[in-house]
Amino acid sequence: MKNLMFRIRKNPEMYIGAAIIVVMLAIIICGVIFSPYDPDAMDASAKFADPSPAHPMGCDNFGRDLYARLSIGGATTLFIAVATVFIGVIFGIIIGALTGYYGGVVDEILMRFNDAVLAFPSILLALVFISLFGSGTFKVIISLGILFIPSFARIVRSEFMRCSKLDYVRSARLMGAGDLRIMFVHILPNIIPVLLSSTVIGFNNAVLAEASMSFLGIGVQPPSSSLGRMLSEAQAFLFSEPSYAIITGVTIALIVLGFSLLGDGLKKNA
Amino acid sequence: MKAVLKKLLTFIITVLLVTLFVFVAFEMIPGDAATARLGINATPEALEKMREEMGLTRPFFVRYFSWLGSFFFGDMGVSYSYGVSVRSMLASKLPITLTLTLMAFIMVVVLSIPIGLYSSKYEDRVFAKVIDVSGQLVMSIPPFFLGILVTYVFGMLLHMFTPGGFVSYDINFGKFISYLIFPALAIAVPKAAMSTKLLKTSILSERRLDYVRTAYSRGNSTMDVLYKHVLKNAVIPVITFLGMTLADIVAGSLVIEQVFSIPGYGRLLISSIANRDYPVVQAIIAIIAMIVIFINLLVDVTYQVLDPRLRGN
Repeated sequence: MKNLMFRIRKNPEMYIGAAIIVVMLAIIICGVIFSPYDPDAMDASAKFADPSPAHPMGCDNFGRDLYARLSIGGATTLFIAVATVFIGVIFGIIIGALTGYYGGVVDEILMRFNDAVLAFPSILLALVFISLFGSGTFKVIISLGILFIPSFARIVRSEFMRCSKLDYVRSARLMGAGDLRIMFVHILPNIIPVLLSSTVIGFNNAVLAEASMSFLGIGVQPPSSSLGRMLSEAQAFLFSEPSYAIITGVTIALIVLGFSLLGDGLKKNA
Repeated sequence: MKAVLKKLLTFIITVLLVTLFVFVAFEMIPGDAATARLGINATPEALEKMREEMGLTRPFFVRYFSWLGSFFFGDMGVSYSYGVSVRSMLASKLPITLTLTLMAFIMVVVLSIPIGLYSSKYEDRVFAKVIDVSGQLVMSIPPFFLGILVTYVFGMLLHMFTPGGFVSYDINFGKFISYLIFPALAIAVPKAAMSTKLLKTSILSERRLDYVRTAYSRGNSTMDVLYKHVLKNAVIPVITFLGMTLADIVAGSLVIEQVFSIPGYGRLLISSIANRDYPVVQAIIAIIAMIVIFINLLVDVTYQVLDPRLRGN
């Protein structure tokens, strides 16, 4: 117990961030599993109902239960973020490992290309992809996923470059280990701490990107809902029903805050 | 001189790469420009004739360079949805987005430098800690939500502006500026929080270095050391950040324009994406990309002026 207190005091960001995420996840999962309401079911009598035991967060403009919608919307946002980061990390590892380990001309070309992509503001690239692919949940995942590859590739590459010169890699090579084995069995486990913190930060960016795109109306399309979409719907009722927008916005802000604190904390530890 | 030439060359290459990317991206869209112009019921012969007229049958690189050339001379094609030249659509909106971006950038600088200086100078005071924590909180608010909060607090509770009551610059310039203050604030506050944090950590780490002790030992006052010695070095990473921020603000204004219903590039871009009006999308993306690359070039040059260690080789 004392030990835990000591660790929390040494790295408060990490624990506060983790706590926020656990609470938000619990709220979202409980809503998805236990909420008795269909998130799309309209009820004219409950239009903009105030929070009550029946509707813990009240209802929206169509009388849909806000808590049920918020949890399904949150789940969609989180699912998109997980899938996006997954694409980014997997391809980032493959590209980063090969270029960092072998170096050479291919590495140079890919990294110049990487720099050019990273020089773009990410929302702009996301808009290019969306205008090419069209909108909808899976297209958003693919667009954002592609967008995330370069930053992960760059991190993995620099770590592979550093590690491939270390003694343990040389001894593995002397023992006759093949390149692939060295890359994925020997080096990869050693870069996990660095990769972990950037994955969490990437997750944070993915939540923000998805929310912005859905807010602009070019991300998730109805009938699916996501937090960004709900916020743009809520904006129309800002004057009469500010709580709708505030509850939705605070949910997004807390998820982002949780992941950014956790990411900062992990970076400190790495 | 050699360094400047090298920078200029990289700049040109990046512009070529980025425009090529934008060009290729829009070439890949299923359905070509001729079909978009004539509609899906056009006869194959009419389509063929249109393609010939529009120059779509020429080789790829010829088309790319002719697009790039006419782009630089201001000919950006004709909008599919409105049938007017893209240039005339964009020209009237440029001052709006540009003013918004500049106002937000000035706010970032004006807010973050004094606050960063204060909180690094008095890092143990309670107020400096309050700034830290509120900065962290502000950073996690998504820009569009911050925009909504600003609308609610300043527009609806305090009645300092009318949400949605945008006035164009050619009608009433004063009202135009006073409306843009609030969206600019929504863009600037999170960026200012980040740059404050960066300036603070940068000053704190500079202050531990030997030259600071030397400066003190020669009898300089705290103020002199801070402003004449430390700040000069500490501001360099902040300049990088501000450069990146300016690029981010350009992109961020696209979202904020939507929140405050400002008819700038952002709204035009979003509606053009929805309408599949590709010439407009292509032009806006290319322009914004070039602005961003140009800002990066400026940041690079500023560095060399500020930091003599980077000059020479």
